[in-house]
Amino acid sequence: MFEDEEENIPAISQALNISLERQEYLRRERFGKISVRMTQILLLVLALVLWEIMADAKIIDPFITSQPSRIVKTIVQLYKEGVLFYHIGITCLETIVGFTLGTLLGTFLAVILWWSKFISKVAEPYLVILNSLPKIALGPVFLVWIGAGPASIIVMTLAISLIVTILEVLNGFWGIDQEKIKLVQTFGGNKFQVLTKVVLPASFPTIINALKINVGLSWVGVIVGEFLVSKAGLGYLIIYGGQVFKLDLVMTSVIILGVAAAIMYQGVVYLERLLVKNNDLKY
Amino acid sequence: MKAVEVHNISMKYQSLNGEITALKDIGFSVQDGEFVSIVGPSGCGKSTLLSIISGLLSPSSGTVWLSGEKVTGTSGKIGYMLQKDHLFNWRTIWQNVMLGLEIRKAVTQEAKERARILLKTYGLYEFKNRYPDQLSGGMRQRAALIRTLVTDPQILLLDEAFSALDYQTRLAVNDDIYSIIKKENRTAILVTHDISESISMADRIIVLSKRPGMVKNIHEIKLSCSNRTPLNCREAPEFRHYFQEIWKELDVHV
Repeated sequence: MFEDEEENIPAISQALNISLERQEYLRRERFGKISVRMTQILLLVLALVLWEIMADAKIIDPFITSQPSRIVKTIVQLYKEGVLFYHIGITCLETIVGFTLGTLLGTFLAVILWWSKFISKVAEPYLVILNSLPKIALGPVFLVWIGAGPASIIVMTLAISLIVTILEVLNGFWGIDQEKIKLVQTFGGNKFQVLTKVVLPASFPTIINALKINVGLSWVGVIVGEFLVSKAGLGYLIIYGGQVFKLDLVMTSVIILGVAAAIMYQGVVYLERLLVKNNDLKY
Repeated sequence: MKAVEVHNISMKYQSLNGEITALKDIGFSVQDGEFVSIVGPSGCGKSTLLSIISGLLSPSSGTVWLSGEKVTGTSGKIGYMLQKDHLFNWRTIWQNVMLGLEIRKAVTQEAKERARILLKTYGLYEFKNRYPDQLSGGMRQRAALIRTLVTDPQILLLDEAFSALDYQTRLAVNDDIYSIIKKENRTAILVTHDISESISMADRIIVLSKRPGMVKNIHEIKLSCSNRTPLNCREAPEFRHYFQEIWKELDVHV
């Protein structure tokens, strides 16, 4: 029973019911994953170092492009002034309110259009036009109408995300297997029951998908809104930095924006995994 | 007692391109506890006929009576089985089975007990907390039948109820569902385009003509097989004879 060490390894893997081929396969998979991640990190570090060195060597003008060390300095300074989290918080809050409201309101309006064929037919050309119209053009109108404040910014994000949500969710509603609806009807289900028992739960993945799209759109809406309102938030810092030629501030805000947007997107992906566990997309 | 009486049913579909007569002067009746099958070429209005019997559609003319009562809308007497099981992926088997009761607002202790007994009898009780995608095709079809049976319908309408299954599963599910229907002593109307399936399961076969669908012939099926299960009956000597006859009546041209 007690052979030398080398002989023991296959014995162990046999006991664990893992063949040598499988171990080799798993090792290769793991190695593949690690090398992708390492390359990603390396690229980022390389870009930051190159940026720093080229700015120091005046190959690129740090006044315009800024540089990593200046960005870190700017962040520290904003933190010391006590406004860093204030601006990040305001922008994030506006974005979250924007995409949540956009998704809920869009779904609600899609339900109305699904409910009444007449309304949806009447609304169709308007939706098509509104969908292709660059809603940002309406920014100044919202500003004057609603006033320079968060409300205008949220209306801006709604203007951008609402129509897309309605069209996306409505398409999802119409794409539901008619036989599933018939099933509810054979049990004597009315239209409201068709909505609550089939249409809404079956469209849940579509609605979550719309939410994901809206996260991106809300960032656009919020930043444009903050450009116009110019009171607070990362969009305000960008516009302000540009006006007073503090391009370090602009770059810093853009970097923070990128990180915040990535974190928020991951949050929604996590939420999706949590909620859409047993509701896969194969219908 | 006649469970179903179909009297002079005609159905016309309207569209901008014109009028389509799907069914014309259909008349037949089904006895309590009888298993009747309706066959016909595709597009002859078989499914339309079932929708009319169930009250989902109202016919252009004619009437349907269920145990002497005129059909005006969907009724609790009818249980409808569709082509696919349509179990909802976001509900567990138990929640799926309760769907009909929820819609009819009939979730009572007795109904739950009935569901429990049905699940136990047909071997699905230990799967009640699983989701549909964890079950095999045959088990899913059984779960769908239980979902229909818990609402305690007297008449089952099977609309191509097996055609989404692969052939082997289909033969097994035929036997399965047939024995459940017989054991629970229900009346059944099966719509199918599969001649063998209809002969193996039905007491009577109604053959419909091409569109507009009319009753072309009604066959009394008498098979000499000892143990009356659909699979066994496929071995009966009369089987081929019925098959030939119905095949000719369907008048299929490719």
